[in-house]
Amino acid sequence: MARTISYREAVNEALRQEMERDPSVIVMGEDNAGGAGSPGEDDAWGGVLGVTKGLYEQFPGRVLDTPISESAFVGAAVGAATRGLRPVAELMFIDFMGVCFDQIFNQAAKFRYMFGGKAVTPVVVRTMYGAGLNAAAQHSQCLYPVFTHIPGLKVVLPSSPYEAKGLLIQAIRDNDPVIFCEHKALYDMTGEVPEDSYTIPFGEANVVRDGDDVTIVALGRMVSVAEEAAAELARQGVQAEIIDPRTTSPLDSDTILESVENTGRLVVVDEATPRCSMATDISALVAQEAFGALRAPIEMVTAPHTPVPFAQTLEQLYIPDAQKVANAVKKTMDWKK
Amino acid sequence: MTPTQPAQAAQATSGLDEKALLEAYRTMRTIREFEERLHLEFATGEIPGFVHLYAGEEASATAVCAHLDERDSIASTHRGHGHCIAKGVDVKEMMAEIYGRVTGSCRGKGGSMHIADLSKGMLGANGIVGGGPPLICGTALAAKQQGTGGVGVAFFGDGASNQGTTLEALNLASVWNLPAIFVAENNGYAEATAATWSVACDNIADRAAGFGMPGVIVDGFDFFAVYEAAGEAIERAREGGGPTLIEVKFTRYYGHFEGDQQTYRADEVARARASLDCLKQFRERVTASGRLDAAALDGIDGEVAGLIEAAVTEAKQAPTPTADDLTTDVYVTY
Amino acid sequence: MTDPVSTEDAITKVTMPKWGLSMKSGKITAWFVAEGDEVAEGDDLADIDTDKITGALESAGAGLVRRIIAETNEDVPVGGTIALIAPADVPEELIDEAARAAREELDSGAVDEVAGPVLGTVQVDGRTLSYATLGAAEETVLLVHGYGGDKNSWLFVQEPLSARATVHAIDLPGHGDSTKDVGDGSLDTLAGALLGFLEQQGIERVHLVGHSLGGAVVTAAAAREPGRIASLTLVAPAGYGDTINADYLRGFASASSRRELKPHLLHLFADSGQVTRQLADDLMKFKRLDGVQQALDRLLGTLLDGDRPGIDAAALLQKFAGPVTVVWGRADQVLPAANATALGGRAQVTYVDHAGHMVHMEQPSAVVDAVTGALDG
Repeated sequence: MARTISYREAVNEALRQEMERDPSVIVMGEDNAGGAGSPGEDDAWGGVLGVTKGLYEQFPGRVLDTPISESAFVGAAVGAATRGLRPVAELMFIDFMGVCFDQIFNQAAKFRYMFGGKAVTPVVVRTMYGAGLNAAAQHSQCLYPVFTHIPGLKVVLPSSPYEAKGLLIQAIRDNDPVIFCEHKALYDMTGEVPEDSYTIPFGEANVVRDGDDVTIVALGRMVSVAEEAAAELARQGVQAEIIDPRTTSPLDSDTILESVENTGRLVVVDEATPRCSMATDISALVAQEAFGALRAPIEMVTAPHTPVPFAQTLEQLYIPDAQKVANAVKKTMDWKK
Repeated sequence: MTPTQPAQAAQATSGLDEKALLEAYRTMRTIREFEERLHLEFATGEIPGFVHLYAGEEASATAVCAHLDERDSIASTHRGHGHCIAKGVDVKEMMAEIYGRVTGSCRGKGGSMHIADLSKGMLGANGIVGGGPPLICGTALAAKQQGTGGVGVAFFGDGASNQGTTLEALNLASVWNLPAIFVAENNGYAEATAATWSVACDNIADRAAGFGMPGVIVDGFDFFAVYEAAGEAIERAREGGGPTLIEVKFTRYYGHFEGDQQTYRADEVARARASLDCLKQFRERVTASGRLDAAALDGIDGEVAGLIEAAVTEAKQAPTPTADDLTTDVYVTY
Repeated sequence: MTDPVSTEDAITKVTMPKWGLSMKSGKITAWFVAEGDEVAEGDDLADIDTDKITGALESAGAGLVRRIIAETNEDVPVGGTIALIAPADVPEELIDEAARAAREELDSGAVDEVAGPVLGTVQVDGRTLSYATLGAAEETVLLVHGYGGDKNSWLFVQEPLSARATVHAIDLPGHGDSTKDVGDGSLDTLAGALLGFLEQQGIERVHLVGHSLGGAVVTAAAAREPGRIASLTLVAPAGYGDTINADYLRGFASASSRRELKPHLLHLFADSGQVTRQLADDLMKFKRLDGVQQALDRLLGTLLDGDRPGIDAAALLQKFAGPVTVVWGRADQVLPAANATALGGRAQVTYVDHAGHMVHMEQPSAVVDAVTGALDG
């Protein structure tokens, strides 16, 4: 039975249901319980934004607080995954990949191939990304393209509570290393989520909205921004099709290409910086595979190529909004050779 | 020569029975033969890439792994052939891997620096200095969660002892009280840089105190010294007593990698080969104590030589991977 | 859908229906009638779009359309008045007054929440069975969906029937919100679930309505406990005749994405416009639930024997002597209407134009009429 819960609750429920189903699932991270070794409460935080709250009490010994020591515990999660556990490690902010990246991209990502197909490393790294909370340059980045670049990793960007639960359960059951990217500004977003466990397969885009005039491929939080733009565009008589790839690795290129074959126009909306990004990647895909269908140059709506600024005025300018998306769509609609 | 009394003989050989002693000798000899042969073969230009040889360090891998079984896992280094052999990885498959053959341990996709056999608890040689210790926190955690009594052993070098990953792993192992053993193989050089210069304290083992765990220094040429130190640490770990840092001191017989002219070194290799060599010491100890006779050891030498010869011959004849293998096995599921 | 105005009984308010539990509002995408048109009971009044489904609103009564209150494309809360129907002799002033009140109600958004079906669960053979109940009349009707469906598939039928009976719609094991484990997946197990539900609810006499696989299930239940069953209404039932679209069933079971599923769904309807993205989405959401794939695979084994029907409901029907009514869409591409000949003279068969397999969604009044007929005896 579906009921309305938040993105945060959806992530928590996915963890809870998988921990109930499979005793090999463990959770670890900085303050994932919170309060280890302190005189007060043991489950003080449940993660810095409360996502893992309550799991510590329900699953004794399976929710591990860690020192602030990302290389060690992310590496430990990877190592434990080679020995029969299904660890879900929380890398608090995706920006902290800088202090543990080796364990992810040189170790976990490589084992399967480098060891001749004999390794199975079912580790999930949950991590928060994105701007919007005035968290500034080192706590706001959209670094998923960096992970997407690495063969051997699967990269997931849930855009809603429904996606968050089903994709996280899939991530935990998946036998490959998965980077599960949660947008920090989506935690309070609510939506209908089935109570039962379910999985959403990786590499299957969601067509969020049908339309024949233009294809908007939007990632993560940008899906709702694109929906806002599409609603306004519809009032002006432009029907946008919105595609949420849900996973950037694997990427459902078929759904994107089929849509562009129909609409002839593409706008990619990505909160990440533009160089070597999903925006450029998807644009290149379409330019290569659907060139003949294009009726206008591809538009990209992204952050500028700068670090994420702190001041509210600047951060608002930094993040793509519905107006920018609508403008880009109009540009493709108005384009003449 | 007066035969040694049985009790003394047993003490001199750490209480190991004949079978175990022969097994240890065979392992050390196999590693030596494997590496000496690679040294020659590499010079012919037939082996692609880099190889980093473990010759001279055999006692460390062999003595530590003598305590391990299928519950236990190890992580290794770029100088990993010895650890692989000691943990039971198939020698012929290893050789084929180094030759880049499809019959290799990793189907020719890993090479010397990435030989692994997860089914044997061997998490791979590792091209990243300091890559292994965090992984071993994980395998030790798995053993602890599953209650198997298993341990994880991270082998790393003096170079890795300065890496943040290693130091973080030491801390986490202590904080989580993990059944983990950290074996710092100090062969005196990180690439061409002397440990006496790059390690800011006198001994790597001294760092153990900073992580609240025992630190032990052992002579890496003495199989029995390593065996006893490792045995104590592993037993403690199995019983829930937490991690130990063991520093094994010795020298490597070859350069950092094959082709290294080693102009930074003095004559320590010649001296070590002549008087400290682990195989020589072991042979003297077990024959002098009367535990084994030289003929048995000579017999093993012959068998090992045959094995390595066959491994090289078969590797050279084995097929190389083809275009079909290029894009497979990136993921378990796509 | 309709209720008399308290001050003037002759004016009937046509209100936004509540089709399904989650429906909060609907949008009129097209009016089929204009002010001044004469309408009969069952006539299509308007197409209504909800976030889940598009359906035609049928008139519950006869009269003259005196006012259209809600405009095309206007979003109207459930229960909001969208039109007024009254005999010609009701004075214009009264109509104006009622129209003004209705318009103000819509503009202010102060529409009273309409009570939808009440949800409940029962435990039968270790499984939780979910059901939704509407209406409180003395007689009882139980609606049983088909393969891959659920209780919400009756949304156009349950409401109109609720004026005449207490109408339960149940989720079979493996479906909807019921436990996904179907055991051996046999007809007997499914019929046992139905009979268990009746037992738990203390229902001693019931009119059973079953669609497709549900048609076979209600037949099996009637064969086991004929005394409890007042009548059977079979809507494109499985288990009769020798033709079944095995490709459709296998395709439905194996589709793992909306893109794979959608072409198969086209076989369900006469009007391909019924296969909305939302329908496919909702079905995929169902199919992704843990245990559903196994349930569908297991039930497929019950439905099929190779490419032929795996169920012989006609034989079971011989054990039931009560009235049987059959409704079949002429454009059914899953179980062709010709299968109805297997019922011989045993049942009264209504063939429905412009309806495929999902008769109760495409032409719900045909099903409502059939069940009403059964209730009338």
